Amino acid sequence: MRRATYISSFVILFFALLLSIAIGSVFLSPAEIWNTLIGRGAEISASILWKIRLPRTVLVVLTGSALGISGASYQGLFRNPLADPYLIGVASGAGLGAVIALSIQWPYSFWGLLIVPLAAFMTALLTVSIVYAIARIGHTVPTTNLILAGVAVSSFATSLTSFLMLRSTDEMRRALGWLLGGSIQNGWTSILAILPFLCIGVGVLLMSGHALNLLQFGDDQAQQLGLNVTRTRTIILVAASLVTATAVSFSGIIGFVGLIVPHLMRMWVGADYRRLLPLSLISGASILLFADVISRVVLAPQEIPVGIVTALAGAPFFLWVLRRSKNQGYW
Amino acid sequence: MLKIQNLSVYYGKRQVLHDIQLEVHSGEVVALIGPNGAGKSTLIRSISGVVPIRSGIIKVNDTDVTSLSSMQRAQQIAVVPQAVSMPPAFTVWETALLGRTPYLNFLGQTSSRDEAVARLALEQVDASHLVESRMDEISGGEQQRVLLARALAQDTPILLMDEPTTHLDLPHQIDLLKLIKKQAREKNLTVLVALHDLNLASLFADRIAIVENGLLCVAGSPQETLTSEILRSVYHMQVHVIAHPETGVPLIIPGVS
Repeated sequence: MRRATYISSFVILFFALLLSIAIGSVFLSPAEIWNTLIGRGAEISASILWKIRLPRTVLVVLTGSALGISGASYQGLFRNPLADPYLIGVASGAGLGAVIALSIQWPYSFWGLLIVPLAAFMTALLTVSIVYAIARIGHTVPTTNLILAGVAVSSFATSLTSFLMLRSTDEMRRALGWLLGGSIQNGWTSILAILPFLCIGVGVLLMSGHALNLLQFGDDQAQQLGLNVTRTRTIILVAASLVTATAVSFSGIIGFVGLIVPHLMRMWVGADYRRLLPLSLISGASILLFADVISRVVLAPQEIPVGIVTALAGAPFFLWVLRRSKNQGYW
Repeated sequence: MLKIQNLSVYYGKRQVLHDIQLEVHSGEVVALIGPNGAGKSTLIRSISGVVPIRSGIIKVNDTDVTSLSSMQRAQQIAVVPQAVSMPPAFTVWETALLGRTPYLNFLGQTSSRDEAVARLALEQVDASHLVESRMDEISGGEQQRVLLARALAQDTPILLMDEPTTHLDLPHQIDLLKLIKKQAREKNLTVLVALHDLNLASLFADRIAIVENGLLCVAGSPQETLTSEILRSVYHMQVHVIAHPETGVPLIIPGVS
């Protein structure tokens, strides 16, 4: 049963990858993709594959998996099924940091690019700390408080971001499109810039499943069962914020993926975070890949920011979860 | 054996426990009673380590546990909380297995021995048939038994309970306390249980400790502690004490005049 779940989520991911690589202004058939990958394809296909489709697909995979696993982690940490990097304001906070870094120096060099996720991480951490401090009652965060604090803090961060953008050069203003969830297209460079941060953050989160299970019983019980609650909470909060910030750095603010994915996984495999976290990682990638393909074809040849697609699907889902959690307490 | 010496606890500047002295022996069930807000829960929580203590010593079999890490302390002391706000989506089996946490690495990988201990604990509380059920599908009495199983799976010499019978009906209250007493005797456990119901305390506890305003005023057998004089001064109301028709332990009836 457990293995079957993982296998099927990988099969879905495989199809999503195939779709993402195949679909675009020029269609690449699976056979062409295969030939090009092993170095026997036409030159034009190779160019499209290696310079456009693959970097984009990999960036979407990294972003989606980051949002999926950080969403699941925030939900466990706050004991609230509506926690999502977007709704609690972490994404906007990270966006602000990224824009600050970009406005100081529009990154042409690789090292300049590394600053962006770091700055995003700092502001993401600041944002989540403020939201948590305002919204918490004890260590549980009631939905209303969480969403209200998230809305307020995220509006504040977004206003600052807009202000910075209006003051800046034309070149900078292109970033507006990026913030809406259209990724920065610069081939493999941004992938290399976020990969180290993502590996660290995701690695820590993947090891936090047991701790998150314990935290679901409340801090008292978690500690009485042997968990160092304060230290564990801090580690998970920092790791989840790092992962969110890296995702936002080059893919903009993409809402609701961190909400939808862990929920679907919970319905599928239950509440055990040791399964929920890796599955949210894999399925976050699949879902964002599908959304990205939709964003490419719906107004083809023009693209729409993928954040619009996820919000159109995610907002109704959010309302449904809200209604459901009102009836059941929380999951 | 649990030995508490000169325990003082503050919430901010307010002192909530004053210089508590209490000993609970192995195999013994001691009931902690007293009015609301007297400090029963705080005492349980400070022994388990979730409330920091200002001064004092808490010894488990001659080891001072106050300096231990959460994990080491959880190998000595298990707590049965009230079955309120349980995360509903966990199964009974997953919940019971969490009792093995103090012996696991941070990934929480359980061995077949851990599973055997949890399975035995569920058997002891008569909940083996529930393993596949989710926590929100079972009754309050069953939830409370599962939490007891989780604590038994922790395999500690000390068992603390904070009003475990509060949300149960009378037969379930009796069943749970019988079960606890049986476990205490069979496994030589040291049990300290906060209770609201004086008659249940009288029926099941070997000794009773009465807390009032953060002070431990008296500890002793039910006959010694549940007298109308002591209870009147602690609860500020008139009570009558009669003997249980079967066992002769004191039963408390509130006065109406």
